[in-house]
Amino acid sequence: MEKIGENELVKIGLFYDRVGWEEKRLEVKAKEMGIDIRPIDAKVYLLDVHVEPKTLHEEFGEVVLQRCISHFRGLHLTAFLESKGIKVINSYKVAEVCGNKLLTTLQLVKSNIPTPKTIVSFTSASALDAVERLGYPAVLKPVTGSWGRLVAPLKDRDTAMSIIEARELMNNPLSQIYYIQEYIHRPPRDIRCIVVGDEVITAYYRYAPPGDWRTNIARGGKAEPCKMTKELEDLALGAAEAVGNGVLAVDMMESDRGILVHEVNSRVEFRGASSVSNVDIAKAILEYAIREWKR
Amino acid sequence: MKAKCLECEGEIKLPDDVVEGEIVSCPDCGADFEVIKVSSGKVELRAAEMVGEDWGE
Repeated sequence: MEKIGENELVKIGLFYDRVGWEEKRLEVKAKEMGIDIRPIDAKVYLLDVHVEPKTLHEEFGEVVLQRCISHFRGLHLTAFLESKGIKVINSYKVAEVCGNKLLTTLQLVKSNIPTPKTIVSFTSASALDAVERLGYPAVLKPVTGSWGRLVAPLKDRDTAMSIIEARELMNNPLSQIYYIQEYIHRPPRDIRCIVVGDEVITAYYRYAPPGDWRTNIARGGKAEPCKMTKELEDLALGAAEAVGNGVLAVDMMESDRGILVHEVNSRVEFRGASSVSNVDIAKAILEYAIREWKR
Repeated sequence: MKAKCLECEGEIKLPDDVVEGEIVSCPDCGADFEVIKVSSGKVELRAAEMVGEDWGE
């Protein structure tokens, strides 16, 4: 148990752009632990590149939890804070890799973590070639972006052509990066492991909601407890290490060739996990932040 | 705690533990607002940001 007063000298910044369930939990838990938590709205915060690092340290401590829901906003903020010598969880490097599906896949492959077969291409014509090489069905995903948005199953050539054509018309240049993956015939669920530092603190299943094949809690997916095994633990820690370690959610799928890691998330949402796990995830994150600060 | 919707003037009920930065919705018109100030039983709201393409975990 955390002793009252033990953390009274600890000051932790909490950057947010939208306060959700997780940010509220972190704030409440920090106060319970005696931490001087400093919530800061990134939307109105000015990144004065000439500011003295000392000023920032006084303002929100030596360590910052970066919880911006916007990936690029968070990334810029992290670069700024790290340049001033502040420890950010997660680091720029980790957030950059996890915010881009190709960069994540490259790290997983490099570290020999089993992951679905993936091909990336830059034009609609070559995207169709990539799908044909992987075979139908395949899955087209945006290289950035989350909550399962714009993730599309390509069931046959006609569907593939129309979805790729639709993507071609999107204005965002990132939409013209076609990240295509083999379709994994998995049960209607995936496994998520939450890793904090060098420990897997919980594992749970995410079941797809009725009428959808995606398992995201943001899409109405449901969490169920999942027994931790040595295999899950090794894979989750391996994947976390591959992207650079921190507070991470490692997503896995059960396939006929074993468990595959398909995603590592850097801004961990833990409401679903908390509903099925006895682990106090907010507390584990804050304790990790304190350890990192003292390191 | 309650607040008045900035769009339709409907009544928005706020959770007891409402904090600055939290998003609340108007039950009448569905508009989303961000709580920008909480003090002595009163809150200030502003229109919430639209969901961005790079949002999520």
